[in-house]
Amino acid sequence: MENDRIKIDVPTMADMTAAGQEPEFLLWVGSAGAFDDRYKKVTRAFVKILSWLDINYAVLGTEESSSGDVVRRAGNEMLFQMQALSNIEILNGYGIKKILTCDPHAYNTFLNEYPELGGKYEVIHHTKFLQDLINSGKLSLSQEFFSGQRLTYHDPCYLGRANGEYSAPRLIINTLASDFKEMKRNRSFALCCGAGGGQMFKEAEAGDKEVFIERTEEAVESGADIIVTACPYCMVMMTDGLKYKNLENSKKTYDIAELVALSLGL
Amino acid sequence: MLKQVLFLLALLVTLGVFTYTTLRLAALFRLTKKTKPIKNIGQRIKRTLAVAFGQTRILRKPVLGMMHALVFWGFCLILIGSLDMLIDGLFGTHRVLQFLGPVYDVIIASGDIFAFLIFLIIIAFLIMRIFMNIRRFSGAEMTHQSHRDANIALTLILLLMLSLLGMNTFYYLESVNSFHGLAGLYPVSKVLSTMFTGFSLTHIHTLHEVNWWTHILLIFIFANYLPYSKHFHVFMSIPNVFLSNLDPLGKLTNMESITKEVKMMLDPNAAFDESTEEEVSRFGVLDAEDVSWKNYLDALACTQCGRCTDVCPANITGKKLSPRKIVMDLRSRMKEKGPGLIKHGKEYTDEKSLIRDYISPEELWACTTCNACARECPININHPALIIDMRRYLVMEESAAPSELNAIFSNIENNGAPWQFSQEDRMAWADDLFMNKKN
Repeated sequence: MENDRIKIDVPTMADMTAAGQEPEFLLWVGSAGAFDDRYKKVTRAFVKILSWLDINYAVLGTEESSSGDVVRRAGNEMLFQMQALSNIEILNGYGIKKILTCDPHAYNTFLNEYPELGGKYEVIHHTKFLQDLINSGKLSLSQEFFSGQRLTYHDPCYLGRANGEYSAPRLIINTLASDFKEMKRNRSFALCCGAGGGQMFKEAEAGDKEVFIERTEEAVESGADIIVTACPYCMVMMTDGLKYKNLENSKKTYDIAELVALSLGL
Repeated sequence: MLKQVLFLLALLVTLGVFTYTTLRLAALFRLTKKTKPIKNIGQRIKRTLAVAFGQTRILRKPVLGMMHALVFWGFCLILIGSLDMLIDGLFGTHRVLQFLGPVYDVIIASGDIFAFLIFLIIIAFLIMRIFMNIRRFSGAEMTHQSHRDANIALTLILLLMLSLLGMNTFYYLESVNSFHGLAGLYPVSKVLSTMFTGFSLTHIHTLHEVNWWTHILLIFIFANYLPYSKHFHVFMSIPNVFLSNLDPLGKLTNMESITKEVKMMLDPNAAFDESTEEEVSRFGVLDAEDVSWKNYLDALACTQCGRCTDVCPANITGKKLSPRKIVMDLRSRMKEKGPGLIKHGKEYTDEKSLIRDYISPEELWACTTCNACARECPININHPALIIDMRRYLVMEESAAPSELNAIFSNIENNGAPWQFSQEDRMAWADDLFMNKKN
């Protein structure tokens, strides 16, 4: 096996524009994708896939800022609109037409909420993007890497209930793994990880239990070795859940992008 | 003739009370906020056929859902039979719709069967409510009064079905034992009639009259009781589904008043048309009069089934938040404050408000906006939208967000991320990124 690795230089919109080039996709990294240690790995995995498939993309880099999703749901409409309007100014300035993102929350706000403020784009979540590549034959995956392992999938609320995307992540998982087991509550019945609506950043209100523990227990009940998700918040919550249950050594959490990158051996 | 006069009198009283109720409700609706105009009628009709008439949402719980669906479909059929009674009562006719022939037979026969089925299902519902410990029938908002309200409504329906079956049974007996022809088919009542074979014709006639009057008067009472009970959903669910939000659940309403302000801030030179500006009394929802007409319709249509609360992650894990309570509180608060607002105008205050006196900030901040409640509601009530509107009030009017959320607000304002990382480091994730060569 050869050991030399290829260096990936992630292209920015500013550089591409300066060079007179126009990427097909803008990859919206998101604050978690850029700063959260766990989710940075997902961004890196997804960028590897993009490079491997020679997708023409770019990121905003230091010009990117919070999409505003979380502050809108926390009630700060003023700050949301300030974020949205200045993001739209940048996106429209570059003439962006297609936005790719791994974050269902950014996906939801771009898809459903930015248009009213003047930001109209084709918005694609990475699960749908990868599903389309599989369906069109451009991406073929083997079940070798995950053989002997059971996978389960936790539906992110803003991909599933909010926008009706249940099939893409399942198609990808079923393509690269043979043992897939649903949790008791799945698809539109899925239980939230507990992080949405601003909860990610604050202490939970008084109660009997944390939501993420309830959900992790359900994931563990499925007998899965790997809990798959497709959202930065869900990733943090399910990972913390496994730690809380002292299961972080025997079970893993992966994003769909990481599964694909692992399966491809990237 | 006397029967007709009495009937007309009863009908007029019913309509009178109903008109009073409707006008009173219309006045309360006038206190609420406007929304964007209702469009996409075709799509709305489709949704109404599926969710209301097809009962798709309630069938997410298959067994209980089917029980409710049978009651609903039976009600629709029996309603046609009630029209028959209404015309008979007014004009002294006898089963006037029988000219429909076989169609009449089908309507009456299925009404007869459904009356029996509904009777059985309602008994099951009463048993569930009274004797079984079902989680969604408990909670702080499920007061003694709520339970009594539910039991009264169920008992009324039970009596409606009993009197309908009684009416059919004695009508069948009377027709068979006298020279009147039999209109309609009575598969259930025919069997029931065997219990009364020894009765004289006079007896049978009287019993028919008693059941007929009981049934129609119960309908009149039921119709006027409903608007004051949780069972108002009988009237309000179908319009509520028709008027429900067609957007994806993840989409929140845009506050136009804010857009104007933000655009001014971002570009002070932007032309600002004063004339088009609507008066904004406050941002978000503090009290009953701040909600939209649709929020209030949601509150009136809610039948307190608790499917929302049953799937709420916060509620499941023991937090105070219960989406059902939020909706019920709005209805109660409007009932309390509405009349004062109507009487004394917009400035009226009773020194109370929906937030704090009914709904605590603790409840509002426990929501994960996961939309499980809205997805589950059989009549498309949107709880998270109302919760967010109340958060909007707390944040923008009172700066009363939990301190951790205030911290992310200032981080995002300062460095464009919820955490204190410099925007200059947004590409750090891409450092030293390598991948394996293609095979």
